[in-house]
Amino acid sequence: MITVSHVYKQFEDGRVALNDVCATFDQGKTNLVIGQSGSGKTVLLKCIVGLHEVTSGDILFNDVVFNRLNFREKKSIRQKMGMLFQGSALFDSLTVEENVMFPLEMFTQMTRSERRDRANVCLNRVNIVNANHLYPAELSGGMQKRVAIARAIALQPHYLFCDEPNSGLDPRTSVVIDTLIQEITHEFNITTIVNTHDMNSVMGIGDKVIFIHQGNKWWEGTSADILHSDNEELNQFVFSTELTKKIRP
Amino acid sequence: MFKSIKCATFAAIRCAGFNALRCGYRLRLSMRFFNLFGEYVLLMRKVFSRPEKFRVYYHQTIKEMDKLGLQSVGIVVVVSLFIGAIITIQTAYNLGNPLLPRYIIGLSTRDVMFLEFSSTIVSLILAGKVGSNIASEIGTMRVTEQIDALEIMGINSASYLIMPKIIATVLFNPFLTLVSMFVGIVGGWMAGVFTDVTTTQEYLWGIQFTFVPYYITYALIKMFVFSFIIATVSSFFGYRVRGGSLEVGRASTQSVVSSSVLVLMANLVLTKLLL
Repeated sequence: MITVSHVYKQFEDGRVALNDVCATFDQGKTNLVIGQSGSGKTVLLKCIVGLHEVTSGDILFNDVVFNRLNFREKKSIRQKMGMLFQGSALFDSLTVEENVMFPLEMFTQMTRSERRDRANVCLNRVNIVNANHLYPAELSGGMQKRVAIARAIALQPHYLFCDEPNSGLDPRTSVVIDTLIQEITHEFNITTIVNTHDMNSVMGIGDKVIFIHQGNKWWEGTSADILHSDNEELNQFVFSTELTKKIRP
Repeated sequence: MFKSIKCATFAAIRCAGFNALRCGYRLRLSMRFFNLFGEYVLLMRKVFSRPEKFRVYYHQTIKEMDKLGLQSVGIVVVVSLFIGAIITIQTAYNLGNPLLPRYIIGLSTRDVMFLEFSSTIVSLILAGKVGSNIASEIGTMRVTEQIDALEIMGINSASYLIMPKIIATVLFNPFLTLVSMFVGIVGGWMAGVFTDVTTTQEYLWGIQFTFVPYYITYALIKMFVFSFIIATVSSFFGYRVRGGSLEVGRASTQSVVSSSVLVLMANLVLTKLLL
């Protein structure tokens, strides 16, 4: 379980990105953070994983205050994290197989053949076959995302973070990625946090949904609750497209 | 009378204003320099921390030696060959006095190649080729979140990405200096003999005349220092990129300019210290 307690983040230029955000992300559930572009979703996610320092407040990973640990102490928790970035962030100079083997090479004592076997298990899990020797630039966007998921789960993480996993993907591929994230979450009983503004993802995989608006936590509930909420800002966000307006109860 | 006092007062105020502006500008400039230097020192501290896994770093260093060193042999050979040839022809052209011995052609080619070209000028060439390569590679990794991906895994990204590059260039570039010396001398000989400005015997006598073996050590020490400057400064500018492709390009330019200037400054200091 991950707990965000009274997190406040102000950048050096004085801009306040997060204002007293409190939230709990449950284990074995797909926790979705939704909000408009620039609302502070990515900053929150980067604060949670430690890529941004919080100005005040705490980030707890199972009661361990992560943001107060030093680099060496953080390392042990970071090895339990997997992250899927918006642009996949696969290493350009490595092949698909090498990308997945990379964390295994850095943090395990596995032999090369064991690492290869594990990489193949992960790649099969995300339905990537016969692409082991291709480079990221030779893959489609959806395939890159799936390889990034395979790399994220290679070390059997306890926490999975996904920053807008569907950006730049067609609706059908988006569903494939969403389903994969949800299946992996339930299969390995991990704590998953997904940043998204895709309403299909919200309705499809959102076990728990948190709405961020102008750096504040504005609303919290389940995907079923969203359609019946009386929160004005949330409704403006959720029912902003013609398609969602049609399904408004 | 009143008008001239008024003019003088305005002139004084304007002068004071300019001086204040100039002072402010200098202060800002020096603050920016100290800021950058501080960032550089902090990055180097991060770079030279204990590696996660020696085996992985070893493999990375070998790869970097190939990419940054071995793949630079071509340009070093071509440039050194032609510069050696040009030095020979220009020296011959300037030796109008028949009383001056022709072996001076070989001697001057040797001294220019050994003392300055094979270390300093080759370093400036490498600052352009290797420096921009390092800055743009690391900068692109930064803007495409590959460095963030390393950090999330718990890897010291600065050490993993930069240390192998520093070790590779510092170990391999002195070899490029030796190659440059040899090829430059050969280029000079070829130009001298083919254009008939000297003979093989005169040229060989010239390159052996009052030869000081310390010149080679001097060039290798200089190249060692310059390689460190090129690798660290370029990595620094690449690592601190924020934004997109425009910033990567800017970082690449900054890295080439800064490392070239620093190489020249270090050259002055080392020449004073070592010779």
